[in-house]
Amino acid sequence: MSILILCDHENGQFGAATLNAVSAATKIGGEIHLLVAGDASNLVAAQAITVAGVSKVLVANGSEYEHSIAENLAPLVFALASNYSHILASATTTSKNVMPRVAALLDVMQISDIIKIDDAKTFQRPIYAGNALATIRSDEPTKVITVRSTAFEPVSMTGGSASIETIENTGESGLSSYIKSELSSSERPELISAPIVISGGRGMQDGANFTMLEKIADKLGAAVGASRAAVDAGFAPNDYQVGQTGKVVAPDLYVAVGISGAIQHLAGMKDSKIIVAINKDDEAPIFQVADFGLVADLFDAVPELDKELG
Amino acid sequence: MKVLVPVKRVIDYNVKVRVKADNSGVELSNVKMAMNPFDEIAVEQALRLKEAGVAEEVIAVSIGPAQNQETIRTALAMGADRGIHVEASHDVEPLAVAKLLKEIVARENPGIVMVGKQAIDDDCNQTGQMLAALLGWAQGTFVSEIEIHGDKARVVREVDGGLEHLEIKMPAVVSVDLRLNEPRYASLPNIMKAKKKPLDRLSVEELGVDVTPRLTVVKVEEPATRKSGIKVANVKELVHKLKNEAKVI
Repeated sequence: MSILILCDHENGQFGAATLNAVSAATKIGGEIHLLVAGDASNLVAAQAITVAGVSKVLVANGSEYEHSIAENLAPLVFALASNYSHILASATTTSKNVMPRVAALLDVMQISDIIKIDDAKTFQRPIYAGNALATIRSDEPTKVITVRSTAFEPVSMTGGSASIETIENTGESGLSSYIKSELSSSERPELISAPIVISGGRGMQDGANFTMLEKIADKLGAAVGASRAAVDAGFAPNDYQVGQTGKVVAPDLYVAVGISGAIQHLAGMKDSKIIVAINKDDEAPIFQVADFGLVADLFDAVPELDKELG
Repeated sequence: MKVLVPVKRVIDYNVKVRVKADNSGVELSNVKMAMNPFDEIAVEQALRLKEAGVAEEVIAVSIGPAQNQETIRTALAMGADRGIHVEASHDVEPLAVAKLLKEIVARENPGIVMVGKQAIDDDCNQTGQMLAALLGWAQGTFVSEIEIHGDKARVVREVDGGLEHLEIKMPAVVSVDLRLNEPRYASLPNIMKAKKKPLDRLSVEELGVDVTPRLTVVKVEEPATRKSGIKVANVKELVHKLKNEAKVI
């Protein structure tokens, strides 16, 4: 068995989410190769060769791969697929875009968002917003899998000594072209890997009130998130959304402020180690999953919390 | 231009699902069903394209048992022009759905297939991308804005880092995300009118697609429940507990 992992990267930087996919691959067993495709692939490959457990880094250089355009990237992965029993990627928006396209080219079903590996062909994945867990077996020749990052501890960025192999490009599809990105820039840690997350919901009433959460986040080294209701209302950008169809987080501490706790939101955060809920409605479902609940008006409690943290 | 909108019948998003006692799946009998919420957004966007004069016809298609016709009628009541029901007795996996849709695309020649990015039952997030691959078409996934200019569409995608703008060649598969629009409710007169709109029925065999599942469901289980926590009286107590008991700050 050998496993190919689609490497996450942006602007020449190796994407940390890849480390969780490598971790899942080591549980499956077999040789692990990383595929780095982009226009700064050599830069990324130089970082990727030391990842623990990886024996080879495949490099495809070309501007057609720069923005992980699915129509260009899927044929590249497809061309390599016959050498592998498994093709994995961390379930980022990039791999969610690309991997089903690869699976269809291979005429296999994809297994999305796995959280547990029983053996090389049996995997567990959440369904119905995590309200049920399905164990799925694939007897297909190639297993195309996306991995939920929070379910697998990342492997070390060091200790490996992989070889580098440059591979042939598969060309430009001419179907899609990148125009621009509007990326949220923040000095705070990434939402999906932050040790502490503080999220606001509809109860925040206004986008400007998120500055209260940001102040606390900066004191705690936390990331800021939001419920769907808060994003829909325009209080916070879409990349803040925690939930079934947004980001899934599992920090050491998750603080839910003014969030009622719809099942779709719980799906994105209920695996957090400690959950704190601050809500003025003592019947709010969020209290059912909270380790520490505070029934209070957030506009009193949050400034007080800020003061208490010094 | 025609717009094809696949609509999936799923357990209503407000219903708390229950796992069957024999662990073979979740309980579907006597449970309120509804159109997948992302598919409602897709129907709405197709209707807006029609209202803007970009599309001429909106066709809703659903794959599954006879009850899926209700889901198609919902789309028709929202304003879709006609429906296609592909009869299938069991759950059809995303790959097989994509293959069936490919056959319908061959018959109908739509300019866009507008899909929900994800169904809230299996949470797969695959069908649109698979269909685009099988057709050799461009794909715009997780889309929160779309503008069509001739044979190109400009889409804004919701990605992990923020937003990404792409230009995609038409025909294309577009998978819609939450912020694209707010779907309309069907009015009573439109619900009545929908009953008279054409609804064709097709079988999986007529479309020549093998829908045998590729994956085996070994078992379906309840997730572990969190043990219930405590209420704290005030912020001071909360901070004390987080520092000294949970030791997370």
